Amino acid sequence: MPLEVKNLTKVFVVGLFKRKEILAVDGVSFGVKPGEFVSLVGESGSGKTTTAKMILRLLQPASGSIMFEGRDVWGLKGIDELRWYWKNVHGIFQDPYASYNPLHKIDRILYQAFTLMGHSSADRDKMVEEALREVGLRPDDVLGKYPHELSGGQRQRIMVARCYMLKPKLILADEPISMIDASTRAGVLQLFSKLREEYKTSVIFITHDLGLAYYVSDEILIMYRGSIVERGSPDEVIDHPQNSYTQRLIEDVPLLYRKWTGF
Amino acid sequence: MALLEAEDIKAYYSVRQGYVKAVDDLDLVIEKGITLGLAGESGCGKSTLVNTLMMNVKPPLYLVEGTIVLDGKFISKMDRSTLKKNVWGVLASIVPQSALNALMPTKRILGFVRDVISHHMDISDSEVVSMAEKRFEELNLPVEALSLYPHELSGGMKQRAVIAVSTLLNPKLLIVDEPTSALDVSTQKQVLKMLMDCCSTGITKSMIFVTHDIAVLRQIADSIAIMYAGKIVESGSTEDILHDPEHPYTYCLINAVVTPEPEVRKRGLTSIPGEPPNLLDPPKGCRFHPRCPKVMNICRSTEPVLVEIEGSRLVACHLFPPNT
Repeated sequence: MPLEVKNLTKVFVVGLFKRKEILAVDGVSFGVKPGEFVSLVGESGSGKTTTAKMILRLLQPASGSIMFEGRDVWGLKGIDELRWYWKNVHGIFQDPYASYNPLHKIDRILYQAFTLMGHSSADRDKMVEEALREVGLRPDDVLGKYPHELSGGQRQRIMVARCYMLKPKLILADEPISMIDASTRAGVLQLFSKLREEYKTSVIFITHDLGLAYYVSDEILIMYRGSIVERGSPDEVIDHPQNSYTQRLIEDVPLLYRKWTGF
Repeated sequence: MALLEAEDIKAYYSVRQGYVKAVDDLDLVIEKGITLGLAGESGCGKSTLVNTLMMNVKPPLYLVEGTIVLDGKFISKMDRSTLKKNVWGVLASIVPQSALNALMPTKRILGFVRDVISHHMDISDSEVVSMAEKRFEELNLPVEALSLYPHELSGGMKQRAVIAVSTLLNPKLLIVDEPTSALDVSTQKQVLKMLMDCCSTGITKSMIFVTHDIAVLRQIADSIAIMYAGKIVESGSTEDILHDPEHPYTYCLINAVVTPEPEVRKRGLTSIPGEPPNLLDPPKGCRFHPRCPKVMNICRSTEPVLVEIEGSRLVACHLFPPNT
């Protein structure tokens, strides 16, 4: 199994004088198989992004273990081991604006990928252009521009393009399509499927969108107040939810072909 | 008589390169007691349209042409000070996009209430307070929220308080622009419930709900108008639009929505190829023709007009020629 998360816990301490502990993630365990699409669904504040940040080595867990291809993610040492991890595990964030250095042009973030790949071939430009076209961007529209000159959807798609160049084994996609217009969503999702078919890439979707989770994933994990309260295949979770929180969540999602009762 | 009638309105943004035709030659009628959903991709002119309907036009946006009649009054001819006194908040209110992030942080909710009322009525402060408390109770909002600052309220509560304050003077028309796009599903449902209460209790007569989320419109709108590149391409009852979309764009838009339903998984998710057009120089003929799966020769040269195909159903597409 490429990713195995066991008993992951994160505690945030807030307050300067009156210290208060917040249990953001509470004993979360799950595994991801090669080529598997897993969705971590929950409302804001349920701990899903914190879980992703710990897997990406951006936040240190309080306890628990994260194993990637048999190696302890938080025990990696030296630049070579880290580079191996960065090359194989990639994150796409909700608002990728925070991932960009505003002083550098978009080109830099794309060409940086070659450093990680240890790639030095001459067809770099071609690869960048091909990746941009895959996500539905015209290279002329984005290359040579600064992050603030692009729309939220374009910034998000550039992160996906970078993913496509790196071909990682695991992608953590935090609300990957929330800022992309409905009309281009399908294209970006197809790109994830293409990576899965060609390179057995696994994806963890972190989202509050049950529709997306139902549509793309092999397994859905429902998170509530830091714990996973229900897990199973989309059919099991959406059509036959057992947990009362899941049931409430599904009831509150507006549907296209059914009207809420009492409205 | 309809509550709002807008005829041939053109609202353009004047920029260095020319005019951005955000709303172009558009007619809209809103009957009393109706909730209209306005849907479309980002940048199609939804927000510009609703601001124009309120005559909330400030440079660089100009109302180039057209008349807007609200409750029998020609508001398109009024100046800003008359609008402020006699229209905004009294006849029609708008809750703009991200209004909940634009609240003055040092003012309590009651302060916003005072602002609204002092503009239109000459009553004592204790009367203002009791009026606000009564309205909050009516809408099932905690009265304590009135004495809190915006940062002390949750997102959903803030949005509900904003709506309650905007409807204090019982405006006949309430316009809400993407009120729930930043909220979780359960809070979204509470806000939608409250908007429905505003309509059913008669606080407001009609409502325009602007959103990109068609599934939300399914729950609350009586009729839907689909906008593309500054024009309405199709309108009709919610049922008809969802179950039997006629315009190719409406069809594509509905197929790009994913909800946790078996029907949706069966039909899959499809993209609309290409990008929305640049409104500085919109395509000739039908504005959707470069992306349309059913494009014909006539679409490239002639612009289709809205025609009535059955009942109140209007479609602007050459697949439905007039007089047939």
